[in-house]
Amino acid sequence: MHELSLCRSLLRQILEVAEQHRALAVTLVRLRMGPLSGVEAELLKTAFPLAAAGTIAESAELDLTATCVEVYCENCWKNCRAGPNQLCCARCGSCVTQLVSGDELILDSVELTLDQPSALQNP
Amino acid sequence: MCVDCGCSGPPEMSGPQKTASVSLLQNLHQQNQNLAAHNREHFRSAGTLVLNLMSSPGAGKTALLEATLRTLQKTCRCAVLEGDLETELDAQRIRALNIPVIQITTGSACHLDAQLVHKALHGLDLAEIDILFIENVGNLVCPASFDLGQHLNIVLLSVTEGDDKPAKYPVMFRTADLLVISKLDLLPYVGDFRVDRAENFLRTLASRAPVISLSARSGAGLDEWLVWVHTQKAESSVNKDMTVEHGGAG
Ligand SMILES: Nc1nc2c(ncn2[C@@H]2O[C@H](COP(=O)(O)OP(=O)(O)OP(=O)(O)O)[C@@H](O)[C@H]2O)c(=O)[nH]1
Ligand SMILES: [Mg+2]
Ligand SMILES: [Zn+2]
Ligand SMILES: [Zn+2]
Repeated sequence: MHELSLCRSLLRQILEVAEQHRALAVTLVRLRMGPLSGVEAELLKTAFPLAAAGTIAESAELDLTATCVEVYCENCWKNCRAGPNQLCCARCGSCVTQLVSGDELILDSVELTLDQPSALQNP
Repeated sequence: MCVDCGCSGPPEMSGPQKTASVSLLQNLHQQNQNLAAHNREHFRSAGTLVLNLMSSPGAGKTALLEATLRTLQKTCRCAVLEGDLETELDAQRIRALNIPVIQITTGSACHLDAQLVHKALHGLDLAEIDILFIENVGNLVCPASFDLGQHLNIVLLSVTEGDDKPAKYPVMFRTADLLVISKLDLLPYVGDFRVDRAENFLRTLASRAPVISLSARSGAGLDEWLVWVHTQKAESSVNKDMTVEHGGAG
């Protein structure tokens, strides 16, 4: 299970941003992840509070958006919805495809409580 | 102060407060990927080909390495990084063949990462190594997500695990540059494992990786595997701009 170690690096990234903005607290963390990211959303949700305990992100809400698996078919020259273990083209059946989405694991944005309104101007 | 009961008082916030939404779009694996790129640069400048072996526990990674190194060490300078949760057992098996080996014990972590590998590299003289094999921790899930700086991934699937594993663990099998079907000598006893079915599941992942079936025990298929290794080594030496092959390869 590497969700805890992943949460630690997530937290490092979040706290760095929070510090840059001199934030008092992190209230919301938005993540985008695909079924092929190798990360289990439920495990991540469980691990996050453990990693965040004692930091200004400890009461942050974790907002996870699951992305779809999509491939580009080199035969049809089109994108096509696919499944995690079905990455061939649903239209023509060709398996000469490139994954265009579904393996991402991205920290989209964070919401911060700021000390002073002026801190905003210095990202 | 009540640390124990958890009844923290009212939040100590005073003065004007504002909230801000900060857009980041950062890859969570970025830090590991940066380190992996750093490792890859070490490998490139030393002219070392790095092969990462992954599989479920017990699929035969160490057995394949033992069988491989016995032959390969006659023509190539090889070394091994052994990843394991506990114990030095696999490293001892490799050391018995007189091959330089570094054991990386991960403790509770179920995979190697670029930092662990980087630390281990300090124990090796890469310039003296043509091919470095990394045996990852036996696990079909986690190691797939962590780039170590390797050039190629080899995923082993033993015939006792069932031919459906590529469909069940797409994240892992998608990373394979070569799929090795291992323990081929056991095929008659298992009965229902079909190599063609395993390969079809792999193709469904849009993978064009070659498939080699072999047995470290009987030696069947080892020649084909060794040819593959030699070919990768030869190609990496050609692609590696301006880096001269070290003379001692003979
Ligand atoms: N019959 C047969 N047994 C094999 C073969 N390869 C490995 N084994 C046996 O399978 C067991 C596990 O082999 P290892 O080489 O230790 O497997 P591993 O993948 O390195 O295991 P971990 O490092 O613990 O994940 C041992 O008892 C080996 O002797 C093979 O080709 N044929
Ligand atoms: Mg082993
Ligand atoms: Zn892991
Ligand atoms: Zn198509």
